[in-house]
Amino acid sequence: MRVIGKSVPRKEGREKVTGRARYVDDLSFPGMLHGVTVRSPAARGRIRAIHFEGGLPWHEFTVVTAKDIPGKNCIALLLEDQPCLAAEFVNHPEEAIVLLAHHDKYLLEEARRCVRIEIEPLRGVFSIEDSMARKEIIWGQDNIFKSFDVEKGDVDRAWSGAEFVVEGVYETGAQEQLYIEPQGMIAQVNEAEGVTVWGSLQCPHYVHKALMILFGLPRERIRVVQTETGGGFGGKEEYPSMIAAHAALLARKSGRPVKIIYDRAEDMVATTKRHPSRTRHATAVTRDGKLLAMDIDFTVDGGAYETLSPVVLSRGTIHAAGPYDCANVRIRSRAVATNAPPHGAFRGFGAPQSVFALERHLDRVAEIVGITPQELRRRNFIREGQTLAVGQVVKEKVDMNGLMERAFELSGYHAKRKLFAQTNSDSSARGGIKRGIGFASFLHGAGFTGSGEEYLASEVAMEATADGKVHILAGSTEMGQGTNTIFAQIAAEALRLDCEQVRIVQPDTAYVPNSGPTVASRTAMIVGKLVETAAAGLLQLLRERGLLRDGYSAADFSRACCLYIGKHGALKSFVKYDHPRDLHWDDQKYSGDAYGAYAWAVYVAQVSVDTRTAEVRVHDFVAVQEVGKVINPVLAAGQIEGGVAQGIGFALYENVVWQEGRMVNAQMTNYVMPTSVDLPAIRVYFEEIPCGRGPAGAKGIGELPLDGTAPAIANAIAHATGVDVRRIPITAESLLEMLEAVHA
Amino acid sequence: MRAFLPAYEMETPRDLAAALDCLASAPGVWQAFAGGTDLMVLLEAGKLPQKKFLNIWNLEELRGIFVSAEYVTLGALTTYAEVQRHEILAREFPLLCRAAAETGSVATQNRGTLGGNIANASPAADSPPALIVYDAEIEMVSMSGARFLPYASFHTGYKQMNLQAGELIRAIRLPRVRAGRKQYFRKVGTRRAQAISKICFAGVARVEAARIADVRIALGSVSPAVLRAVRAEELLRGQRLGSVDLRGAQDALGAEIAPIDDMRSTARYRRSVARNLLAEFVETLVG
Amino acid sequence: MPEPARKIRVSCVVNGAAASFEAYPMARLLDVLREELKLTGTKEGCGEGECGACSIELDGQLVNSCLVPALQAEGTRIRTIEGLAIGDNLHALQQAFITHGGAQCGICTPGMILAAVNLLAQHPQPDGAQIREGLSGNLCRCTGYMKIFESVVAAVRQTESRA
Repeated sequence: MRVIGKSVPRKEGREKVTGRARYVDDLSFPGMLHGVTVRSPAARGRIRAIHFEGGLPWHEFTVVTAKDIPGKNCIALLLEDQPCLAAEFVNHPEEAIVLLAHHDKYLLEEARRCVRIEIEPLRGVFSIEDSMARKEIIWGQDNIFKSFDVEKGDVDRAWSGAEFVVEGVYETGAQEQLYIEPQGMIAQVNEAEGVTVWGSLQCPHYVHKALMILFGLPRERIRVVQTETGGGFGGKEEYPSMIAAHAALLARKSGRPVKIIYDRAEDMVATTKRHPSRTRHATAVTRDGKLLAMDIDFTVDGGAYETLSPVVLSRGTIHAAGPYDCANVRIRSRAVATNAPPHGAFRGFGAPQSVFALERHLDRVAEIVGITPQELRRRNFIREGQTLAVGQVVKEKVDMNGLMERAFELSGYHAKRKLFAQTNSDSSARGGIKRGIGFASFLHGAGFTGSGEEYLASEVAMEATADGKVHILAGSTEMGQGTNTIFAQIAAEALRLDCEQVRIVQPDTAYVPNSGPTVASRTAMIVGKLVETAAAGLLQLLRERGLLRDGYSAADFSRACCLYIGKHGALKSFVKYDHPRDLHWDDQKYSGDAYGAYAWAVYVAQVSVDTRTAEVRVHDFVAVQEVGKVINPVLAAGQIEGGVAQGIGFALYENVVWQEGRMVNAQMTNYVMPTSVDLPAIRVYFEEIPCGRGPAGAKGIGELPLDGTAPAIANAIAHATGVDVRRIPITAESLLEMLEAVHA
Repeated sequence: MRAFLPAYEMETPRDLAAALDCLASAPGVWQAFAGGTDLMVLLEAGKLPQKKFLNIWNLEELRGIFVSAEYVTLGALTTYAEVQRHEILAREFPLLCRAAAETGSVATQNRGTLGGNIANASPAADSPPALIVYDAEIEMVSMSGARFLPYASFHTGYKQMNLQAGELIRAIRLPRVRAGRKQYFRKVGTRRAQAISKICFAGVARVEAARIADVRIALGSVSPAVLRAVRAEELLRGQRLGSVDLRGAQDALGAEIAPIDDMRSTARYRRSVARNLLAEFVETLVG
Repeated sequence: MPEPARKIRVSCVVNGAAASFEAYPMARLLDVLREELKLTGTKEGCGEGECGACSIELDGQLVNSCLVPALQAEGTRIRTIEGLAIGDNLHALQQAFITHGGAQCGICTPGMILAAVNLLAQHPQPDGAQIREGLSGNLCRCTGYMKIFESVVAAVRQTESRA
């Protein structure tokens, strides 16, 4: 292949390194006002009154409350339960109540402080336990957004045949996406065009739909444009609809463009985070370490409104039993409500939570059975032809053992496992430092689950210009992961052009079709395939007219386009997703072919633990994965490296401190992500088994690294110290207590 | 930006005398503003009640590092970057250089000043423990003249200090020591760079004939202000290196610190780690 | 309502050219650069001096512009990311960041590149530890820093081979 498989430089790289890339806060419109949000001080309660104090010139301000919403007061997603602005009740701290706009951003900030919301408090629920105990009913009939019950085989009968039954409870905390560019939107509302918003976002069509319902306007009267986006990681999947709605309401009332940019504290405290989780495992194993039955109970905390919790729960549920062959599996799961700001999408989307539990649990199972963790995996790794927990027969080539052995070789796992065990017992000579090495083995499905892609019915358009340039029109967004570049490569490959001749049109709902959201590790495989198909379609139009011969040059292509357009007016192709006939999914039973393709991986982490301070350092990290065809090696490696870094943060550093539903450490000083000296060399290796579903054989990789990183580290810490890690983040404080207990 | 910015004033006095005059004429009205790495953070968080600031960044009288036979004297405006670059400081006061290197980031080290750090009086600051164990003295100056104070007496409580209205910190003076010293510094933060300390330990000892002839120990983040661990020092002073009563010293230390639970860490963690760092310090004396 | 202070006029040199602007004395230099001088390449990531996205060169030193009040910019020489390339010729670091994947979403990139420029001024041939240390005040959420290091190493090699 000419272009695919090459590390073509990032399409918008030059703009980014010169500071010319335009993020939403870099834009300014004539007559623009600034907007801010006044938020609930209480976690739950009834709004009694709103007072405008401080002797400010309130007549100069645009003030918006729920009463000003022309359509339905909701941010529509799966349900319409989340208000855009709280009207009578608030259900989480920092819930938006009043919006203000003014041209002076300093006065505006003063005004925000001078709006006093009087709330009659109601008792709130702040933990999974309290929510399930129904101390208060805060959502629906029973605080449960969604539940699943997956049954494979006969779990109950399998217990009797088991030599060992191992149980355990595992927990993961919330994690803040911490994109370096905070959330922001600019909105403009006028008679001529309706509602237009520009901003930092992943899914223009999600925002579009939400605004249609909020304003009660038809499709053509809403327009959403994505500006250069400084990181998303899921944090800008659903939340932007909220901030867009706020900016648009202020724009409508004031008649002026309005810009809302969150500062870091507001972004942290008010927007979505990774769902906290609690998983209970009970596993029946034979004496030889063969898995007989897995009984998994998985719960995620969804916060105050449903938002995307059912889908997070779904992915977490489906990934809960991992890449293993087990005849009897039960997964009962639920997403519950608490009075915290709704939790939301964050890279991995439920799987990092359930995979942490599984991979930590399996190391414990191995220990109890008396075999090594790798032997337990080896005896149970799934193979082609076998069935995953939700009943999907694995139809791709998979060699988990091979991946594991390669990861072990690259990391020196076997030798270090022995060496560290020896030297750790001699720790006083080494200044209290204990070392460990551990791994995790896992998979991650690409694309929307089950019938999801069919439901999305994604579309891509492609257009050629008279001088032979090709424009790709897709709703998929670039946020650093490389969408623009790989789309250009895919099209260039299919059309035998250079990437410079391909242009990605800025995602703008007025011009690009709905290619589905930029989430779920679907962009390369699902949408990239549509790009490939659209390119083939364009080529076919030219060939049919006899305008292109085999082995044509770029100049030939330009000439052909010119001729075609001269005669027909335009050269366009348009593709809609066609769900593969061989994928079958039963939504009722929640079983069948969950994903069209999986990436498979084994990650190895080497750590040291300073027993005096319980500080953990990751010294080496090896990430081996099979991902189908790698379209752009530098970009792909960059995705894994960045994902592993976020996973290290998830495991060791990133701790949200809660006080009655409110994040109290909402500053970058106190919510800590790894710096360049906190991270080791992250060594990334790809294996490629081309998958027919993706362009040139590509599968999805964006979320994969978040699944296996934290459990590999937890297992390494367990190896180093003997501490039975059960929850992340593994703070030094909790680890020191556990070390002292082990010592005693 | 959570502050009403237009309410804030800043002026640049033409020299130190003018600055002191301003401070004397309106006590409590003006506050000195140096590199801004603490004050600007407070401003942006909406937590800066003081509204009038004197920009002292350019006052030459407060700059410079001067070396005499007896002292190294650092002007209050000495930045962390300047501390790290100074050869004599690196050689004779390495703990201060370590603290400087572990404070904030390169960018904050270029603007953060020793005087500003001292006046900000955070119990979690990294330089104060090093200054304590070096027996630093603070020179303060006002319209009435100058005075020196041992730094160990400077902080009197949480954000309370022995600095009168109208006074500015002019310099920090470190007595040079002839004999060799064993030196130890360890900051335990939330991560390895750009971290606020959970606990910080500085220790200096003079070892003679295998005995701890003299010792200084200071800790940050375990009490309302930087703490000189006099009880632990007392216990260690005079002990033979082969048979140090470590447990006794650790208990003494435990009795004089008062760590709390906060957003970054817990009292329990700080207590345990303080003991462990003391053990590590004593180990380095033997080695 | 508090009485607003009067704005001041500040004169300095920005990216080699004389610049003059009006601002509240304690307005952040970051905001002044972006709003008065329209140099939007310098970014705000945190407003608390933690992320380094607002890094600039002030009198030859790397500083966080969100922590510098406008008044203190008087008489200084400032360089922002916009002042790095010479016309269309990118600095070796800028080119390396494109080629070697040092920039993903790009929001940390201007500050990161200036920090790298500053690093190379102190250590023209930095080892791995020095690179990590020199960039530890600039947070990147996308890359895990690996390709940023590779970009710096590549830029050093490129500069050596040209010299």
